[in-house]
Amino acid sequence: MAQILDKDQIENRLNVLLKKKLVPDSIVEELRDELKGRRIRKDQLEEIITEIVNSYELAQIDPGSAVGTVAAQSIGEPGTQMTLQTFHYSGVAEMSVLRGLPRLIEILDARKNPSTPTMLIYLDQNAEKEEELAKQVSRRIELTTVNKVAQSVIHSFSEGTIKIKLDETLLKDKGIEPQTVVKKIQLRRKECKVEIDPEEVNVIIISPLKELKFSDLPKLAEKIREITIKGIKNVSRVVVMKNREGKYFLQSEGSNFSELLRIPGVDPTRCYTTDITQIAETLGIEASRNALVKESLSVMKEQGLDVDKRHVMLVSDLMTHTGEILQIGRHGVSGKKSSVFARAAFEVTVKHLLDAAIRGEYDPLEGITENVIVGQTIALGTGIVDLTMSANYREFSEEKKD
Amino acid sequence: MSSESYKSISGIRFGLLDPDTIRKLSVERIITPDTYDADGTPITSGLMDGLLGTIDPGQRCKTCGARVGGCPGHFGHIELSRPVIHVGFNKLLYKVLRATCRSCHRVLLDPEEITEISGKMDEYEEQWGLPDYDLVEEILKKAAKRNACPYCSEPQNKIRLEKPTTYFEEIETETGQKQTNKLSPLDIHSWFKDISNEDCRLLGIKPSVARPEWTILWVLPVPPVSVRPSITLENGIRSEDDLTHKLVDIIRINQRLLENREAGAPQLIVEDLWELLQYHVSTYFDNEISGIPPARHRSGRALRTITQRLKGKEGRFRANLSGKRVDFSARTVISPDPLLSINEVGVPKDIAEILTVPERITEWNIEEMKELVMKGPRTFPGVNYIIRPDGRRVDLRYARNLQAVADSLQPEFIIERHLRNGDVVLFNRQPSLHRMSIMAHEVKVVPYKTFRLTLPVCRPYNADFDGDEMNLHVPQSEEAQAEARILMRVQEQISTPRYGGPIIGAIQDFITSGYYLTRKDAKYSKSEAAQLITAAGLEELPKPDLKGDNGEPLWSGKTLFSALLPDTFNFTMYNNLCEKRETCKKVKCEIEGYILIRDGVLVSGIIDKKAFGAEVPDSVLHRILKEYGADVTRGFLDSVTRMLITNITLRGFSLSGSDINIPKEADKKIAEILGKAKKDVQNIIKKYGDGTLERQAGRTEEETLEARIMEILAKARTDASDVGASYLDPENEALIMAKTGARGNMLNLGQMSSCVGQQAVRGQRIQRGYRDRVLPFFKRGDLSAEAHGFVDSSFRSGLNPVEFFMHAAGGREGLVDTAVRTSQSGYMQRRLVNALQDISSSYDKTVRNATGEIVQFLYGEDNVDPAKSDHGKAVNVSIIVNKILETHPEEADNEEED
Repeated sequence: MAQILDKDQIENRLNVLLKKKLVPDSIVEELRDELKGRRIRKDQLEEIITEIVNSYELAQIDPGSAVGTVAAQSIGEPGTQMTLQTFHYSGVAEMSVLRGLPRLIEILDARKNPSTPTMLIYLDQNAEKEEELAKQVSRRIELTTVNKVAQSVIHSFSEGTIKIKLDETLLKDKGIEPQTVVKKIQLRRKECKVEIDPEEVNVIIISPLKELKFSDLPKLAEKIREITIKGIKNVSRVVVMKNREGKYFLQSEGSNFSELLRIPGVDPTRCYTTDITQIAETLGIEASRNALVKESLSVMKEQGLDVDKRHVMLVSDLMTHTGEILQIGRHGVSGKKSSVFARAAFEVTVKHLLDAAIRGEYDPLEGITENVIVGQTIALGTGIVDLTMSANYREFSEEKKD
Repeated sequence: MSSESYKSISGIRFGLLDPDTIRKLSVERIITPDTYDADGTPITSGLMDGLLGTIDPGQRCKTCGARVGGCPGHFGHIELSRPVIHVGFNKLLYKVLRATCRSCHRVLLDPEEITEISGKMDEYEEQWGLPDYDLVEEILKKAAKRNACPYCSEPQNKIRLEKPTTYFEEIETETGQKQTNKLSPLDIHSWFKDISNEDCRLLGIKPSVARPEWTILWVLPVPPVSVRPSITLENGIRSEDDLTHKLVDIIRINQRLLENREAGAPQLIVEDLWELLQYHVSTYFDNEISGIPPARHRSGRALRTITQRLKGKEGRFRANLSGKRVDFSARTVISPDPLLSINEVGVPKDIAEILTVPERITEWNIEEMKELVMKGPRTFPGVNYIIRPDGRRVDLRYARNLQAVADSLQPEFIIERHLRNGDVVLFNRQPSLHRMSIMAHEVKVVPYKTFRLTLPVCRPYNADFDGDEMNLHVPQSEEAQAEARILMRVQEQISTPRYGGPIIGAIQDFITSGYYLTRKDAKYSKSEAAQLITAAGLEELPKPDLKGDNGEPLWSGKTLFSALLPDTFNFTMYNNLCEKRETCKKVKCEIEGYILIRDGVLVSGIIDKKAFGAEVPDSVLHRILKEYGADVTRGFLDSVTRMLITNITLRGFSLSGSDINIPKEADKKIAEILGKAKKDVQNIIKKYGDGTLERQAGRTEEETLEARIMEILAKARTDASDVGASYLDPENEALIMAKTGARGNMLNLGQMSSCVGQQAVRGQRIQRGYRDRVLPFFKRGDLSAEAHGFVDSSFRSGLNPVEFFMHAAGGREGLVDTAVRTSQSGYMQRRLVNALQDISSSYDKTVRNATGEIVQFLYGEDNVDPAKSDHGKAVNVSIIVNKILETHPEEADNEEED
């Protein structure tokens, strides 16, 4: 029996393979894992490596492949299957999150305001271990208005004042002192005198310094209800959760990513939001590209649909390759095409034609639609070949005769 | 192929037509608003003048002398007596008027600003090759804000656009009064005429092809008759095209305006007529302008004018230019034929006699072709047409002497012969959602009137046989045929690019049959085994592996199945039947959930959906495809299909109502479960009423109550189902179908046999209906299970009227849901395809769009084609390693085996 390779020998051979860059690194890593603890001869290892390189070569994509169309179909086709699934899952208390086809459409539309944005908030080393600390951080994030801690907000016409009765349990839950409420209201409403009622506990009396018009008092009360005491804008709810390792993290309803990253106690390196526009604004276009991939794939996975990552990556790359997020559709990718015909054939036909006329646009017929319109070979697949030879039948047949 | 050179279009420039060009292009000035005489001849200088081209077959065009097919038609023109505005450029007109000086007609920007902006424009144009239109918008906005001209210091007035096409200048007089001054198209024309070419550029107009004053029309081109053909109805009455009607209106008003002006009619009347002319010209271009009533036909139908012709799904662009009608196609109902190969399609003889394939005669095939020609167009493998080298077509239907025609054949003739076995055709079913919706098949001519296809290919087409129709196309050139055969053949499409697994595979009864064939107790006598083996297309009977009671040889189903597997094939997997993978007994598994194939022999396990079903990756089928390629897989699928159809025909397979019958004692148990659940529900409702219900995090009390009730009832249904299932005979056909994945699932079975369960609308119990109750014979505010759509009965026992109502309510939601969402996902896919269609991979491994911009530097980050990948992986390392190290699969998993 030929000699069995030892660990170092295998390692060396794999490193050589890694350096040659014949196959992606991930495949070499996979091979390394697979060979762990196996008895293997040199010729066997060589055979394995050639086989791997060969099958990688065989799996390469052909130049000229319509990868775009295939990606679009691979994402679009299961869309029709998503529709057929009418099962509604009623799980444990969870936040409402848009899923399935509507969410996928939302992602491709690159909406500025997704309907149910959420943030996954990871905490720094201290806060993630203790529930109390985690709760404190969550209070810093969750938007708390006067309304949220008040039992009642009553305006009295006879006295010309507004009385706020604070709810003790709510105050405790949110970790707010009545005094802070007073301060916050005073800060926003300088024209009023804000004080704690000396007679009743947890009651705040607001008396305008100037006599108000009769109808203005309820209006003022409404405004006071909305005054922010704590938290960041657009985050309506934050829930403390615990992961499998026993570490605490937060999940929010509503998203305000740039503000979130400034909150003490939050680990800004790990936080995530489902609002892709916000990711692009705070972390840059590459991050938003990755978020697009992640979000789209998770929608597919939830619906139990198997779609190759490459298709999703291509769509995400197309949406972001100009440096800003482009929508899939009239206002984005399709509307920014250089060809007049391609735009006219998609939507708002006449506007594009008229604009092209006064601008004196030139359509070089590079794309697919344009060439279909004029009836020429499209530059895709077997149509990318430029060089052809004219075979003259007669010459050929005469040659044969000789 | 032909070596003729042909011209290709390298690009198309858009622009406006100027009045002089329109006159030059015109073959005739149209004056008369009429079309035909009383005797039916076109009136000279009328809208149907013979100079404009011909639409009558047999008649020659007066301009070019060509007949219907050859004459492209020629434009005429109308001289408008007063100019009118082109509605399409309304917005532009408004913007330009606001951005230029009323007196010197220059752009209202300081010279410094202009130099700065044009510097930016040059830079942008140099970099991107086209002007920066965002910058133009900026200029227009900035210039409109100026109150006085920086050149002639003329104060600027506010320009107002009134509804469709009237412009006013709002002048503030010295006394502070406001005065409005109408800007007629004439005024605008002279204004625009003075705008310099340099200024045009700043306004986003390319003056070499589109001067701004050309948006004011003095001359109107009249499209040729071929664009607006008139139709002769059965009763001999001519019906004119909508465009012709509109042109008649224009000429008429134009004439009246001219006459009135010449007669010196009062200003008011002239203005009115001018406005009317503007209306007709506007609606001639676009009949859906907001603010003006659409021009109507006598019947009251709105006219379909130029814009309407181009726009939308039925418009020229989407219906005729992006999608074209074709010849050499057929459509009919489809029906199944399990004996066909997946590569084949059955084409009815009637269709095969009409569809033709052109074949060039060479000295090598001339004899064969002569024979075909002799058969003529009416006997089956015959010929319909002959094309001579000079391009003349001979229709063999009218050939008197076929023998003579056959003798005249020479190389370089082309014959159009009937479709015959082995020809390659494209087969398609709408909606064409992915590329497997159009695949190439080989023709097999069959009797009767339907297309035949084999069952495994139903999945990629999403076809069934409840009346579906499909389309067939015959590629005409050798190139097209070769491409279809190499790239589009069904066997090349087994692996889908969506996830890199087989999309073609066994479905429904084949899975059931596979189960019966590969079961441990499946034994076949010699004649049965021979029948199955022959059906599969094999010639040699494998060795018998069992002995009967009388010592006669018997064959196990596994042996017969193994005969179809490649000899060197090794594989293991768990099938659908497997219950607990952790405690797997492998080969000794009683329920045969562990599939082991060693050297092409199925040692253990039942072949079910997970092993060879369609749309199941990492299956036996998938491994065969990866290791042996498309040819072997096609052969495997074809023979498996035929063997299994024979097997299930021999055995018979059917189910009846009795399959879902369960004994009384089971019914009693189910009633108990449901009773207990209802009691629980009542308890919770009571708690809620008392206010002692504990609120769940993030839910109100009402929500908590609903969630708890749903939870209890859902569990009750599952429990009831489980009880029902436990009483079903394991040999029950319905149960077997559900377990193997052939059709249906345990939920369906449970609903049929035990309890239908909670009906839901929008994920909630049914709440709608009357006030505080769903139906009037419930108490108001009744929260109990049955009042909100819990169905106790099973489909077998039947639903009572209330339950039936609730079930219908829940069922309707599903129907509405599908209807709404299909349109949504259809539009999503259209947008996706449109955005991505130009994107392709290139020789340098980058992914680029039509203009050559790079979208990805390496496709999918590893340049691997998902269709050629192994369920998304570029290389399946562990399989390669195991194969080369010859580790047997089950040994790799578990050393103490064997």
